[in-house]
This record gives sequence, structure tokens and C-alpha cells, in this order.
Amino acid sequence: MKTILISAFVVVTATAAFSENQVATLRGKAPLAETYTAPTFPKVDNSDVRQVRNYPEQPPVIPHKIDGYQIDTKFNKCLDCHSRTAIEVSQAPMVSITHFMDRDSQFLASVSPRRYFCTQCHVPQAEGQPLLENTFVDVDQVLDYIKSNEGGGQ
Amino acid sequence: MADFTRRDVIKAQAVAAAAAAAGVAVPASAQNLVTDADLTELNWSKAPCRFCGTGCSIMVATKAGRVVATHGDSKAEVNRGLNCVKGYFLSKIMYGEDRLTQPLLRKTNGVYDKEGEFTPVSWDEAFDIMAEKWKATLKEKGPKGIGMFGSGQWTVWEGYAASKLMKAGFRSNNIDPNARHCMASAVAGFMRTFGIDEPMGCYDDFENADAFVLWGSNMAEMHPILWTRIADRKFSHPHVKVAVLSTFKHRSFDLADIPMVFTPQTDLVLLNYIANYLIQNDAVNHDFVGKHVNFRLGNPDIGYGLRPEHPLEQAAENADKAGGSSEMTFEEFATYVEPYTLEYAAEMSGVPAERIEEMAKLYADPDTKVMSLWTMGVNQHTRGVWVNNMIYNIHLLTGKISTPGNSPFSLTGQPSACGTAREVGTFSHRLPADLLVANEEHRRFSEKIWKIPEGTIPGKVGAHAVLQNRLLKDSKINCYWVQVNNNMQAAPNMMEEGLPGYRNPDNFIVVSDAYPTVTAEAADLILPTAMWVEKEGAYGNAERRTQFWHQLVDAPGESMSDLWQLVEFSKRFTTDEVWDAELLEANPEFKGKTLYEVLYKNGQVDAFPIEEASPDNANHEAEAFGFYIQKGLFEEYAQFGRGHGHDLAPFDVYHKERGLRWPVVDGKETQWRFKEGSDPYAKPGSDYDFYGHPDGRARIFALPFEPAPEVPDEEYPYWLSTGRVLEHWHSGSMTQRVPELYKAVPDALCYMHPDDAKEQGLRRGSEVRVSSRRGEIITRIETKGRNKPPRGLVFVPWFDASQLINKVTLDATDPISKQTDFKKCAVKIEPVAG
Repeated sequence: MKTILISAFVVVTATAAFSENQVATLRGKAPLAETYTAPTFPKVDNSDVRQVRNYPEQPPVIPHKIDGYQIDTKFNKCLDCHSRTAIEVSQAPMVSITHFMDRDSQFLASVSPRRYFCTQCHVPQAEGQPLLENTFVDVDQVLDYIKSNEGGGQ
Repeated sequence: MADFTRRDVIKAQAVAAAAAAAGVAVPASAQNLVTDADLTELNWSKAPCRFCGTGCSIMVATKAGRVVATHGDSKAEVNRGLNCVKGYFLSKIMYGEDRLTQPLLRKTNGVYDKEGEFTPVSWDEAFDIMAEKWKATLKEKGPKGIGMFGSGQWTVWEGYAASKLMKAGFRSNNIDPNARHCMASAVAGFMRTFGIDEPMGCYDDFENADAFVLWGSNMAEMHPILWTRIADRKFSHPHVKVAVLSTFKHRSFDLADIPMVFTPQTDLVLLNYIANYLIQNDAVNHDFVGKHVNFRLGNPDIGYGLRPEHPLEQAAENADKAGGSSEMTFEEFATYVEPYTLEYAAEMSGVPAERIEEMAKLYADPDTKVMSLWTMGVNQHTRGVWVNNMIYNIHLLTGKISTPGNSPFSLTGQPSACGTAREVGTFSHRLPADLLVANEEHRRFSEKIWKIPEGTIPGKVGAHAVLQNRLLKDSKINCYWVQVNNNMQAAPNMMEEGLPGYRNPDNFIVVSDAYPTVTAEAADLILPTAMWVEKEGAYGNAERRTQFWHQLVDAPGESMSDLWQLVEFSKRFTTDEVWDAELLEANPEFKGKTLYEVLYKNGQVDAFPIEEASPDNANHEAEAFGFYIQKGLFEEYAQFGRGHGHDLAPFDVYHKERGLRWPVVDGKETQWRFKEGSDPYAKPGSDYDFYGHPDGRARIFALPFEPAPEVPDEEYPYWLSTGRVLEHWHSGSMTQRVPELYKAVPDALCYMHPDDAKEQGLRRGSEVRVSSRRGEIITRIETKGRNKPPRGLVFVPWFDASQLINKVTLDATDPISKQTDFKKCAVKIEPVAG
């Protein structure tokens, strides 16, 4: 189980990128002492198109705007569409069955209060490119790699 | 189009997708579900989360040397299967495309040059130049010329190895963690009131309390999994009340029965009012107070931790004895808090009187079990130690402490602020298990455990975080090593202190990190570093729970762990080069030995063979040094606390358990300290035993309201508060590299009241310059977001490397704890022209 596949997946960019003064990639090209213009508010994805999850346990991101959604002691706007009984009309995905479980993994009659604040896990997404690419590899690709390298993965 | 509903859109897209799919030929033999167990089985292991001090346990899946999935550990008491959005994306934090893979040294024409360009070098060359610089500085200035800045994100043994290298090896106490920015006021609060650090209660209090009071904490975003436990308790049990205090409205107010937005600094008034209310309304538990509490009058007028020449320091009467106090009686205390009436509290704080009184009644009612919770709002405060003391005052006056649900609970910011920074004692004034460098008895005890000559550890308290930056600027510290944190982005007053200090031509700055951070850019040498499950580790969370993990994957390129870097570097020095002749003459057996031999190959740290390490996991450090170094370091460290109220279980136990809460005595963890029957250290017959103080009593402190050092005026009319957001951890060096988290909150914003914006001719989205007397940033105005400041205050988070808000903040600290107040300074907001 010590096989390393990193080089098989990652495009190595390091050496060339580093013969310079400014390395803080999250700042773009602004020297530390400088202050540059701030980006405008990005458009938030409102397409309702669901995204592939990185792994089954990942909370799905929200493919629509949630500006002004009320989630407090009085009301949970998300459940308007995502509750068990609302989805026939809304055709939105139902709250996951895990959300009906209490701390002891027992099912309750309704969504567990520990899952009440949806935005602790589910977040909308700005449109556009990420600041930096991420080289995380989906498990399906890892399995493909193992299959194509008989005996190489385990 | 306007009539289109979401459902219509979805239907249309589904049809389109189906049509597209129909055109794709699927090979007849291909099964679209992999079922072979050899392939589908994942290798699952436990590890604590890499982010906050909550200490959630994570299940990590690896396959073929890659992390492929993570989720909340259902067997863990802390989180029972849950994660926050950051935790759910832990799988991706190690895979940012710009991971550092080689040491990088600033060079011109092939040689080191402070103004040169970062150039890949070998580890050998990196350590060569480091050792050269360290030796030259030690020769010229002695131990006070070097410094180290670590973190509450160091693993237990990394912090321990670093502390040992600095305090026993280089004989310098100039080592401090970024926990100084985060928890120092909580530590000093504990030491003053109880004489021993860390919470007496535990997370089980969440399921037992009838009321929760948040003092300046936004748990909904900063401790989201603990917030799920409060939400669960409150919604499941309708009698439960939640009071939320803050200087601006935020997400935690969504669960509040008693919402209170108060004027900055007036928490001091509110707390003294509650004490006064308890006394005036006969709600004091006199039996408890008589048996278990003493009263002290704390020194007032203690200054603000600014540079000594600052007029505010010159004017402060007790700047040099900030922690001083004298005895007083209960009656004197009652008189002291008498002026803090409801009317005064309402007038000063701006909170409606009836809400303040409603909160006071929660504490006063003997049948209401109250959990008070706080983090940065209290700790990052020029009177942070006082506020900690004053919260304990209320719990001690009512005896609401150390029993299930009655719990003054200091939350922690970082994953091992408790386990490493505090328990290991990586502060400039500390040694392991609450021992102090300034205490000769403590030094002798430590030297004995470390098997080093008497007199090796220096007795002078070293430079704390903010002072280190000042000493770098003043050329007093010339060699400086930063590990596991991004202090150029995190420390206050970057333009006047941090940046000039790092770029000072007299100084050589080394930064160990996994990613090229702002701090790395300000350095002269960058060391690529293994992170999280790329090494074996241990963290200690806010409820005294120690948790271990194994190395699960390899770090990329030539990255090495902080532990390897520290221990390997120690091989480059012999005692003759770093210890004075007097010490060596008296202890000739140490002559000529390397620091590696003295500190790590000392018969204890190297006592456990590599065969004892897990056969199923790699362990690069054990392989490199030839012994199970993590176990050796831990077992040596554990000697400090065993039998002294800080007992840790045997090393191997932690690899099996989902953590244990110390003291662990006879194999049993401790949930509530200081309570007889629950804490094995509480003396029989005592009922409560605050054994941190020799008399077994906790201390109530009489302390006044004093103003903040910089308040809004005509030129700088707004309070600035800084802080975090749910989706990003600290400076964003990990979470900004996870696309989903980046896209959730891409940029910092200036949260402002819409009327303030309107008055300045601004609106949502306007580009503005936020400036103070020290620096400025450019950002945009948000008037409708998750944070809703009152008029006269703005909030800017600090995660955004392109908007460094700590250029603006003030480096004023609590004079007792030396922790910066990141929540209060004065700024102006102006539109960016054009």
C-alpha cells in the first residue's frame, strides 16, 4: 500500500515557476507592500445544474443563489423545496437520509436539529475559474489507473 | 422567460442531457459499476481535522497512495459523523497545484542574496546556509539573537522537539507560537483564576446545559460542529435559551433568544453588571464562595502592550505590573461592582436594558445550568485576560462550574493550540505541563527530565509574537525560523512591524510551509513541508482531548515534516558552538556532542525501536532517524505531566482511541476537573478542589472598565473588527486552494451598515480604501451579507492574501497575555477614485 502515483497525475510545474521574487500565488503578481484593485462581485452560479461530487460523502454544492434565505429559529427557507414532502412539487433533491439521524445514528421523525443550519456544509459557488487548480484525483480515475497497471496499485 | 420556474429549467436540462446521452455508444461488454472488492475497498483511517480547535475526528480513505475521500467519524464523541464544509473538503487540501517540492533560497548569480530570486537548492545547501547564519548570530549576539515562531498547528511532538531545540539546545526562550495571537489571554485567565490551564468542563456540557451565552464568539461559523450540538440541544429541548453577544450581528444570531450587539470594549461593563446583579439579587452561592473562592483586587491602568515609548505606555501607571493584584473581601468586591448598574451597562453598551437583565437572570437562576462560550472576541482584546477572569467571576459567584452543563468554556482556535502550544509549552515563558521558564524549580525539574546540565535552560522570558516582529525590525533578532503558520498575513501592523522586520537586510528568515504563502514570499529561505496525514501526528483539542493519527500518504517531492527539519538541523551544531564555556567546564561529558545527541539521541527519545511503529503505515521520521521518534518524544514529554494533574495515557493507546481527555488516570479520562468524584485529583471531602492554587481556591478578580487604546474619531470614524469566515481556515493557504471553498467565498469584503454606506455615497459593491494610521487595503463594500454591523463599525475578514487587512490593524496587546487585539482599531473608508 505504499505505491505512489503522484507523478502519474500531477503535471510538474515547480522548477520553472520559482526563479522569481514573488511566490505568493494567492496574491497574483502584487508585491507584498502594494495594494491592488479589488475584484468585482462575481456572478453566483444559478444554473440549477448539479455538480459531480468529489466523493460520495461530499455535501453537494448549491447550484443556485441563496441571497436573503432565512434560516433561523423561526423558518428554514431551504426546506421549502428540499424537505421530504416538498420535492414532488419542487423536484429539488430531498434532504439526505443521513440528515434524519440523531447523534446515535437513530432516525428521527423529521430532519435532525443538528443538521438545521444548511449553510454549515452546503455553499453556493461563484462562476468562473478557481484561483488555482487542485490536483485531487477522483477515485474512478485512481481505479482506472490501478486497472491499467495490473498489480501496481495494491 | 420570467415565467420559467426552477422546475421548468431542470426539466429542460434533463431532456437535453438524455438526448445527448442517447448519442453515446456504450460498449456492450462494459459494466458501468465496479464491483471487484480489490478495487472498491478503500483503506480507511482516523485522523483529527486539520482546521479548528473543535477537534472533529475524520475518516480518511486512501487508495494507491492518494487521499480519495474524507468524512466525519461516526465513532467520535466530538462530531458523531458530522463535518463542516471545510472538513468535508479535507481530501483536497494537500493537492493545490502549487505545493512546494524543493527548498528555495534567494540567490543572485548562484550565491545567497537577501534581494535575490528564489532558486531551488538541495536540503544540504539549505541547512548549510541556515547553520552558517545561526552560528554567526550566536557568536555575535548569543541566544537572544535567534528566534522561532511556531504554531498551534504543530503536532505535539513537533512543538516539543522545537521547544527543546530552542530552550535546551540553543538556550533561547525566543520561541512563541501563533497561539499567542489566539489563546494567550485564555491561558493567562486560567492561570490567574485557577492556577492551572485549560477548561474544567468538556463538550458533554452541550447536552446538559439549559442556557448558552456566547461572549463575542461566532460559533456558527468558527466552531460549526459545536454549534450543531447547541442547535441540537436548543431545538430538541424548547426550554433552552441562547444569548449571543457581539459587536456586530452575525450568523450565530440566527439561533439567539437574546441577541445583544454591544459597543466594543463594553463587555467589561456588562460582566461587572452581572456580578453586581447577582449580589444585589441574592443569587450568590455563599456556601460555594465561602469554601472555594478568594477575592483579589487587580491592578488597574495597565497600558496596551505598545512599544514602551508610546505615550499610552508612558502614561500607564501599572504597565510594568499588569498582572499584579492584592487581597480583598467579598464585601469589598460587592462595593467595587456596585457602580455597574443596569442603567450604566445599557448606556455604555448600547444594548437594551431588558435584554441585559434577561441574560443576568440566566446566570442568577439556580435551576438554570449555564454554559458560557468565548474565543477571539474575548481573547483578542487589550483587556482579554480581565474578560476571561470576569466570566469566571460570574460562574464562581453562582457555583456554576465543573458540573455537567455548568461550564465557563474557553473555545480554542487552532487544532492543537491546547495540545501543543499550551500543554507542551511552546510559549516564550513556558515549559511543558504549565511550568514556567522564570521559575528556577521548574527549570531544574525540566533539566532533569531532559537529562541536560543544571542551568542550561535560561530563566529570562523570551520574546513573544508581537515583540519578535519588533525585534526583527530593530535588528535585535537576526535569525528567525517560522513553521506551520502564515504570520506575515496574520500578525498585526504588517507595514510598520512585520514586513520591515522580515526584509531587514540584517536578518535571515526561514519559512517552512507546504504552500508559497505571503510569509514565504517575505522569507529568504523556504522549506517545503509535509502536512497533516503526510506524517504521523497528534493534536490536543479544546476539551483536553489528545488525538493521534498515522502517516497515510507521502508528501510530494522533497517535502519533509517540521519534525524531520528540526531534528535534522540539530545535527549541525555541537555544544561547543552553542553553549558557553562555563556550562561545558562544569559538565565536561557534554563537550563535543551534537545537539542531536544531547536532545534526541539521549537514551529516552530514541528508546523505542522502529519495529514498534505501525507496520501498515509509512513513517518517514522513524525511517530517517532509525528509531520510533514520535513515541520517544511523546513518552519523554508525558513525564512532565504524569502525577501532576496533566496525565497522558501511554502512547500506543491513542492510536486506538478516538482521543482521551486528560488527566488520564488509571486508564480513565476526566470529563469535569476540580469536582470530587469526577476529577481524581480533587481531594476526598473537598467537594470542589481548585488545586491549581496551593490553597485549593479559585480567585475572583475585581477589575474595572478601561477604554480601548484607539477609538474612532473624526478622521478615522469607524471601528474595524477582523475575523474569519466559515469556509476558510485562517489565512486561506489551504482552503483558498480548494476550488469549491474558494468559489464559496472568493474575496474578502468590507461589511458595513447600509446607512453608513449611503452617508458616504457608497453602495453594495463599491470599491473602497480601508485605511488606518498604519496602512490600507482596497476592497469592496457589502451591506447585505452574512455579517450586519451596527452603524460605526466595519468587519473585514483576514483570509484573503490579496487584501491583507493586517496592514491596517494595530499591534496593541493585552499587557498581561501579550495577545493582540485584532477586533478594535479606528479606520476610515473612502471610495477608490475612478
